[in-house]
Amino acid sequence: MVTLSALAPAIALNRFGLGARPDEPLPARPQAWLLGQLDKFTPRTPAIAATPDSAEAAARFRQYLAQRKPGQNAATAPAADPQANIRQQLRRMYRESYGQHVRARVQEALITPAPFPERLVHFWANHFAVSADKLATIGLAGTLEFEAIRPHILGRFEDMLLAVARHPAMMLYLDQAQSIGPGSRLAQAAARRQRRRQPPRLQPPRRQPPRQLGLNENLAREILELHTLGAGSGYGQADVLALARGLTGWSVGGFVRRPIGIEAPDGAFVFQPNWHEPGTQTLLANSYSQDGEAQGRAMLLSLARDPRTARHLCTKLARHFVADVPPPALVAKLEARWLTSGGDLAAVTQALVEAPEAWAPATKFKTPWEWLISALRGTGQRQVPDLRYAPALNALGQPAWRPGSPAGWDDIAASWAAPDALMRRVETGGRMAAAFGDRIDARTLAPKLLPGVLTAATAQAIARAESPAQAMALLLVSPEFLRRE
Amino acid sequence: MMHLNRRHMLAGFAGGLAIPGLTLAAPATERRLVFIMLRGAMDGIATIMPLGDPAYAPLRANFGPPPAAGAPLRLDSMWSLHPALAEIGSLHARGEAAFVHAIASPYRERSHFEAQNVLETGGTTAYARGDGWLNRLLPMLPKAEPAVALTATMPMVLRGPAAATSFAPSQIPDADAALLARVEALYQGDPQLHALWGQAIDARTAAGQDGKSGGGGRANPAALGRLAATFLAKPQGARVAMLEIGGWDTHANQPGRLTAQLRQLDGTIAALRSGLGPAWSQTLVIAATEFGRTAAPNGTGGTDHGTGGAAILAGGTLTRAQVLADWPGLAPTPLFAGRDLRPTLDLRALLAGAAAGQFGLDPAEVAVRVFGERGLKPVTGLIRD
Repeated sequence: MVTLSALAPAIALNRFGLGARPDEPLPARPQAWLLGQLDKFTPRTPAIAATPDSAEAAARFRQYLAQRKPGQNAATAPAADPQANIRQQLRRMYRESYGQHVRARVQEALITPAPFPERLVHFWANHFAVSADKLATIGLAGTLEFEAIRPHILGRFEDMLLAVARHPAMMLYLDQAQSIGPGSRLAQAAARRQRRRQPPRLQPPRRQPPRQLGLNENLAREILELHTLGAGSGYGQADVLALARGLTGWSVGGFVRRPIGIEAPDGAFVFQPNWHEPGTQTLLANSYSQDGEAQGRAMLLSLARDPRTARHLCTKLARHFVADVPPPALVAKLEARWLTSGGDLAAVTQALVEAPEAWAPATKFKTPWEWLISALRGTGQRQVPDLRYAPALNALGQPAWRPGSPAGWDDIAASWAAPDALMRRVETGGRMAAAFGDRIDARTLAPKLLPGVLTAATAQAIARAESPAQAMALLLVSPEFLRRE
Repeated sequence: MMHLNRRHMLAGFAGGLAIPGLTLAAPATERRLVFIMLRGAMDGIATIMPLGDPAYAPLRANFGPPPAAGAPLRLDSMWSLHPALAEIGSLHARGEAAFVHAIASPYRERSHFEAQNVLETGGTTAYARGDGWLNRLLPMLPKAEPAVALTATMPMVLRGPAAATSFAPSQIPDADAALLARVEALYQGDPQLHALWGQAIDARTAAGQDGKSGGGGRANPAALGRLAATFLAKPQGARVAMLEIGGWDTHANQPGRLTAQLRQLDGTIAALRSGLGPAWSQTLVIAATEFGRTAAPNGTGGTDHGTGGAAILAGGTLTRAQVLADWPGLAPTPLFAGRDLRPTLDLRALLAGAAAGQFGLDPAEVAVRVFGERGLKPVTGLIRD
């Protein structure tokens, strides 16, 4: 273990954790405190188990689609239409699951005994971002984190990659669910019948062959560019196509019937052999001659084990936790551990905590999510307050699971430190302080939340505030609290 | 069996308490009490101005209300009112406003938090009690709807076992002007945040959200007053309400800021009066603050935390218009600690006397039961029977 500075407790709480809680002691042995949390982490907590899972969310989505007449949506349906009411209800029910997921996420962040692993969850979920702004993903985005990320944050990266690629949220978000090999049996049969081509768009179960059978390279491209190797790491369009062909047939149950495809439970992974592009594929100069589902799987495993993936993700991890420009020595250590352990994320996480570079003085501007969660924890909340947290995240500029692109939220200060964003934080801080700040003495709270970090200027501003609520607001928007060490 | 002396019996009657075997239903009251908490320490000397004190002019030369606000409203040869208090001034002319000067709670330190806590708990030291004086008054009153605080959370002054509720106005300011000013000062030493904050304020000003209601600026005082009136005006409605106005901590640029603050207070009371209609004749409003401010201005065009301050009474139950003060003077010698207006009246004596008068209670009883102070001498004669 390295010798840590006086800032170590603050670093443990804020750089690696979710911020201090007034009802929890300062970590006396910061590194041991962080590593000990790895055993306390629960992938499936009661709060999460109480929310709709991907099967339920997918079923709600399918039911909604089934009620929707082609070319008409719920908003424009005539009021007299008795079906419109049902559609509206289904739509609302489906959208509500997003709110339930956000609430569960916030709840877990407030009371978890393992804030560091929760931070890893948030990091990896953002790495494998699914944006909840498509109807298909609104109710499913949270389930990707709960089902494909949480079980694997301390497992192998390749297992996480496979779980994500097979999850209905990702397959629907990046259009994998309807990707059909041009040489597949389904496409061949369609061509033979010389019918007009129709795609298996996300429609209620149907018997007509889909329009425009075809390959969709969206997921394959993002796996190479975002999830594994990283942009500019030396792959080309031929590799994107090869991976896309290798993944054909990977789809989501609940949306097709025979003879178009195999029927499967709502939201479940299903391999459609008749959609799979036959033949050997060449990805990054390696041949993949596997048949069916195994082909895409073998490709993903190779990508997960590629050293470029290790470099890409270790850089991202170090940037997320430590500094916008991460120390090269730290990235090198993480990378070495990644490669020797075969992408064992528990080993990489341990290397992060044990590296002296990870405890060096450095500051990051908190993202809106980090700031809001640390503020709720700092003011002692144990329940998700009726603060309209989801709109609050919206106003702060970071609605949960809605980064707007598969690249996820940016992880550097320049993206978050902006005039309007700052004003929103001050407004939100004022609102939170008005809601529960007058019962807490910000003067004694400040050094607990910002051990060794609180400046004399901020302490004085808090002490001189004209009311307890104003003092709390000033603490929440102080330079030290807007940033983390 | 508990021995009931006369005081206990009286208390039981007044509070409508059920004594075993005997139910005493207290009659409802038409009287209404509104307590306005002025958080941040209002400068009493600039609000009710002792222009007749020869020490005033040399002490506060060029520190009066900005000329644009108008001339001070002359009450008599000694006292003038800040011109922003137009409504309160006209109430005074009709015998419906009174002012109490050189008044303070027993607290003699200079922390807002502690001072507000002392004022709200009605005690002598901070954090000594967990309930507020206004809550302890409630059991002595005839049965009515729960007392209401027009705040996001229950303020200390109304916390306690008696039924009380809080109701957040729909237009709680997102970030009030006072907080924005503090944040600006907080970011002075941080180049990144200082620059961002300057741009944010510029954008806000351009969007017309500075200091206006509705866009995240100040609270709308008229709306606050009207809201309180709707709770109180109902025949069977609440009889006690509490509201608060922050932003009085004028360490810098006081003349302009205080004018805006006093306009808020004046607008709140105007809206209360018009919202209450005929019930105004049965209403008493008490506006009080945690302490006064230094007698002399500081170097930044403001005043610092002081001791003696002023309280404002308004309503149709006052016996007469007056400025009640055992005025110690602003000359250097009588000043408290050489810098503050010396308090000559305990704020609790005013609160006890006014509350007792308003609800026809025994002032000594209120002093003991609400303020726990047998030696307190409540101010009587303020309220008509």
